[in-house]
Amino acid sequence: MSRDGGSMWRDALLMAGKDLRVERRSRVTLNQVAPFALLVLMLFAFALDPDRDVLARAAAGLFWVAVLLSSLLAVQRSAGLETADGLPDALRLSGLDPAGIFLGKALAVAAQLILLELLLGAGVVVLYGVDIHGVATLAATGLAATAGLAAAGTLYGVLAGGLRVRETLLPLLLLPVVAPVLIAATRASEAALTGVQLDVSPGDWLSLLAVFAVIYIAFGVAAYGSLLEEL
Amino acid sequence: MDPVVHFRAAVCLLGRFPALAGIDLDVGAGEIVLLRGPNGAGKTTLLRAAAGLLAVVRGEAVVAGVDLTRDRRAVRRHVGLLGHDAGLYTELTVADNLRFWARAAGRPAAAGIAALDEAGVDARLHAVAVGRLSAGQRRRASLAALLVRRPAVWLLDEPHAGLDAAGRDVLDGILVDAARGGATILLASHELERATGLATRNVVVAGGQSVAVAGAARVA
Repeated sequence: MSRDGGSMWRDALLMAGKDLRVERRSRVTLNQVAPFALLVLMLFAFALDPDRDVLARAAAGLFWVAVLLSSLLAVQRSAGLETADGLPDALRLSGLDPAGIFLGKALAVAAQLILLELLLGAGVVVLYGVDIHGVATLAATGLAATAGLAAAGTLYGVLAGGLRVRETLLPLLLLPVVAPVLIAATRASEAALTGVQLDVSPGDWLSLLAVFAVIYIAFGVAAYGSLLEEL
Repeated sequence: MDPVVHFRAAVCLLGRFPALAGIDLDVGAGEIVLLRGPNGAGKTTLLRAAAGLLAVVRGEAVVAGVDLTRDRRAVRRHVGLLGHDAGLYTELTVADNLRFWARAAGRPAAAGIAALDEAGVDARLHAVAVGRLSAGQRRRASLAALLVRRPAVWLLDEPHAGLDAAGRDVLDGILVDAARGGATILLASHELERATGLATRNVVVAGGQSVAVAGAARVA
């Protein structure tokens, strides 16, 4: 073989392109995850307040809960792609850098989550009657939170992939871990969605999101190879 | 010349069960060795250990110059494994799969398509999702994914399974050509008539050990 390890980033782009090609062909995110996310938003609207007052005040939290629940499906799907039909062995023998595999899968999940967040953002504006006051803050929050969710999700996806009953175990493992993302992203988005100034500036919450993302990206790069051995 | 595959008193555990219980085996470049034996004899375990997918916990195990007892991951770039499963993404087309695995092996995407032709995969199937292929066509696509890696050591577990007569002839031709090119080939098979005719040497595996070595069946 002409390859001796390869570049991590080249492998990451190869893996991300493959996962997105699978999505383009199967349209699971488009046809199943996106409708599920919108359904969650609508159910919140039915349950909380037809007059929209409560909804507008709680919009940030509801938005991120919907993102979190949708990300479970996206992560489950991403991890499931690599566990079928001899693919764990094929990946281990492929010569691809495990860190590149991790980054590529996280990139693909992140790309899908960003599209979901845009869709859910539109849903929040339409369904909850929210006015957006800080697009830049929302965008920064979305990027930092997405990076953390995708990295942690990809890591726990492969961890659960090596265990039985992974479909039910993954939410149990992942949701407590990403609770800080839910809290920080909600707080960072609140001012931008409600226009109300908070005691703690959005920048502080953004910093927390960035730290979370960096920790899980670093952990994934370091640990994914060992977790891949257990698949 | 040192053997390309060398196992001496090698022990490999599946849980606490010694699936390889002190096996001895030496295979040189250009050899096609048939591993024979009943189910559970340790043939698949031996192939997976040689691929660096299972740990050799005792004894000597060296493949393609890599000591598996020290760093079994390092051998993986030198070996190709055709196992029971396809190792392909069922939702991607045959061509997309081969382009991906070609690039993963550090080769141009076009090499994947060339490998499909070499493995005898009908060009009309290139745009079909792997999940929709028959077992035989999927086997050919898996063979193409192995071909594109150009491994020094080929590890094949029941490679003829699912293939029709034409597919078996294609596979045998590829293996003979690879061996002539210097590749080392280990194949486990229950299709003894065909596999014995293909192999340059037969090794009987039973109880996780190589218990007998038969003479050459085919002159390389």
